[in-house]
Amino acid sequence: MSNSNDTYFIPEPSRWPIVGTLALFVAFIGGGMVLNGYIGSGQYVLALGILAIIYLFYGWFKDVIDESIAGKYNEQVDISFRWGMAWFIFSEVMFFAAFFGALFYTRVLSIPWLGLEESVSNQFLWPDFQAVWPLLTTPDMTIAGLESKYIAIKEVIPAWDIPAWNTAILLTSGATVTFAHWALKKGNRSALCWWLAATVLLGIIFVYLQVAEYGHAYHELDLTLKSGVYGSTFFMLTGFHGFHVTMGATMLAVILVRSMLGHFSEHNHFAFEAVAWYWHFVDVVWLGLFVFVYWV
Amino acid sequence: MSEAVIHDDHHDHKPSGIGRWLFSTNHKDIGTMYLVFALIMFFVGGAMSMVIRAELFQPGIQYVDPQFYNSMVTVHALVMIFGALMPAGVGLANWMVPLMIGAPDMALPRMNNMSFWILPFAFTLLLSTFFMQGGAPAGGWTMYPPLVLQLGDGFPYLVFAVHFLGISSIMGAINIIATVFNMRAPGMTFMRLPLFVWAWIITAFLLIAAMPVLAGGVTMLLTDKYFGTAFFDAAGGGDPVMFQHIFWFFGHPEVYILVLPSFGVISQIIPTFSRKPLFGYTSMVYATASIAFLSFFVWAHHMFTVGMPLTGELFFMYATMSIAVPTGVKIFNWMATMWRGSMTFETPMLFAIGVLFMFSIGGFSGLMMGITPVDFQYHDTYFIVAHFHYVIVPGIIFGIIGGIYFWLPKWTGNMYDEKLGKLHFWISTISVNVLFFPMHFIGLAGMPRRIPDYSVQFADWNSIISIGGFVFGASQLILVWVVIKCVRGGEKATDQVWEGAHGLEWTLPSPPPFHTFTTPPKVTDATAHS
Repeated sequence: MSNSNDTYFIPEPSRWPIVGTLALFVAFIGGGMVLNGYIGSGQYVLALGILAIIYLFYGWFKDVIDESIAGKYNEQVDISFRWGMAWFIFSEVMFFAAFFGALFYTRVLSIPWLGLEESVSNQFLWPDFQAVWPLLTTPDMTIAGLESKYIAIKEVIPAWDIPAWNTAILLTSGATVTFAHWALKKGNRSALCWWLAATVLLGIIFVYLQVAEYGHAYHELDLTLKSGVYGSTFFMLTGFHGFHVTMGATMLAVILVRSMLGHFSEHNHFAFEAVAWYWHFVDVVWLGLFVFVYWV
Repeated sequence: MSEAVIHDDHHDHKPSGIGRWLFSTNHKDIGTMYLVFALIMFFVGGAMSMVIRAELFQPGIQYVDPQFYNSMVTVHALVMIFGALMPAGVGLANWMVPLMIGAPDMALPRMNNMSFWILPFAFTLLLSTFFMQGGAPAGGWTMYPPLVLQLGDGFPYLVFAVHFLGISSIMGAINIIATVFNMRAPGMTFMRLPLFVWAWIITAFLLIAAMPVLAGGVTMLLTDKYFGTAFFDAAGGGDPVMFQHIFWFFGHPEVYILVLPSFGVISQIIPTFSRKPLFGYTSMVYATASIAFLSFFVWAHHMFTVGMPLTGELFFMYATMSIAVPTGVKIFNWMATMWRGSMTFETPMLFAIGVLFMFSIGGFSGLMMGITPVDFQYHDTYFIVAHFHYVIVPGIIFGIIGGIYFWLPKWTGNMYDEKLGKLHFWISTISVNVLFFPMHFIGLAGMPRRIPDYSVQFADWNSIISIGGFVFGASQLILVWVVIKCVRGGEKATDQVWEGAHGLEWTLPSPPPFHTFTTPPKVTDATAHS
């Protein structure tokens, strides 16, 4: 419900939407060229597109920050931003839901079906296939003398090792970002900056450990993207999550810099809260990953 | 409501030149761009269907090779769904939602502009595949693996176009939610919202929940083709049928994403020309929400024949049947609104009544194929083609066209040519039935879809269908002519335009000034829509 009688801020015509569209367009063209094998020229087009996307984020958010500091936003604008961010995060949840859905579907339905003795695939294609999870041996590996498209996994990553540490790290970072928020609300600027810095640092450690784990998986365990559906779900889920953590940590770093520059007040700090929401979202997704990808 | 507040024309400075459109932050301009783009894509997709009907005019291969025929079928669907229907719905929302709720603009105007401008670029990506090695996508708009993975250089662009369009839809949906939840004028409570606005909030939630799942699904296709993943390859432990589950988890809500805005439009039109308030407003809201909610639990009725466990078949059959209940509520409410109304039959009303009758035909054939054992006969035949075209063309497109006739005087300030409008309606209605009704017969007789040739016993009906198709296609040029004529001039429209029209949008001048409701109007029970 509208709660103010002063004018809602309608921005002047802006070039950022069309810049953003063109940036994505160029990045998609470049990505398509690279995938089609025109890597030599495609990589430059892709790089140009990605640089343009970064420029877009910088420019668009700079405009928004300037407008915010100039006091153009009333409470109603703030609420619009909140609705926007909340439902953006929900759309991200649904994106991850597609990959979790794929994981559950293969584990609960399609792999057991492949292993059923009365199933057609079992009778005519892969009679020796064993339906187990983790799926180390894909169906086409069970035929002697046939080279598989996929790589047999030696071992999967145990939950109560690096993944458990990463869980602790992300949960801790969820707490530190909340401490930063409390400090901001009390007007304690230095505590805000320190807690934010701690959160960013924990995010970086998480990503570092994740990268180390990937190296271990690729080099020692033969667990790769090409290791059948276990590798597919493992790397797509953890990979998209890792990408989101990287984005979240970058956003937190921007908030840290802005905090050090003296932006935000006790009552007006939507950008901080939006990033904190996003951080909690990647945290919750990780808990799902830890339980369903690594643990059970 | 204070008239002085509404007529603040001195605020009415428009940016000039191409920048007005490229950099726009104005919901009316962006709405206009959406609608014009949708109309162009309607003809692009329509031209492809003309190729299909020309090829099917006689048995045998006449004009195009089968690969290109399949590309036509595939891209026709993608262009019509993502390029014509969805943008037309969003265009109507952009224009009308802020006017209906008394808001100065959409809540996030810059993002609104990006939602639009993505569309032409996304379709450049998609349509450019026609000129690539391997041609345009030809595996059907549903993109089932492994067939779709055989596409050549066009494949990444198909996937990226879908991603791009998804970004646009999600941003548009977020904007509508933020606008309706946060920008309503004082007194405009939820249960006073015009039903078009309700239809669009619910559609927006569907979009936010469904589009990311499609994005995830096509991402898996991309990694399966280029990065060696095994999501849809049984040899690697995956399952090609899994893609169908992911796709239709998006695809079925998508059906309602397309149809709900049209339902919203006719919920505005029918009370106006019946000169009665909408019958059963509250039940309409709940019925619409129920349809949307249930739409997430019926997806596998698109895949009854792939070999699901019996419990799955039964669950999805009963869930599908249950959607008929809220849909029936809506149909009966529209009829009850007309009951003993003081009705007149201007063009928008004709199109709305057309929706009521012909959408119901599509609904009933939907019930038939919702019955699992019966669907085994219908699956992948022209019966299915008849069903969803009845839903989409006289169900959705007629609703959108009705909305265009309904609001055109408001947008342009001029009345359209009623004679031409009626001519457009009657030629469209007759030809659309010649076009789609016989498809039921040849489908039941066993003619498969997506094949450029057919057995000779289907020849007569196919010729008749093609003639219906050509007439329907050509008659849409009347719409273009009516719109151009109306933009250029005509009898001046009053503020209220239609005698029976109620609601905030009809209190504004026709055409409304560039900026409206910069100070929120006050809404009371007397001025509320219902």
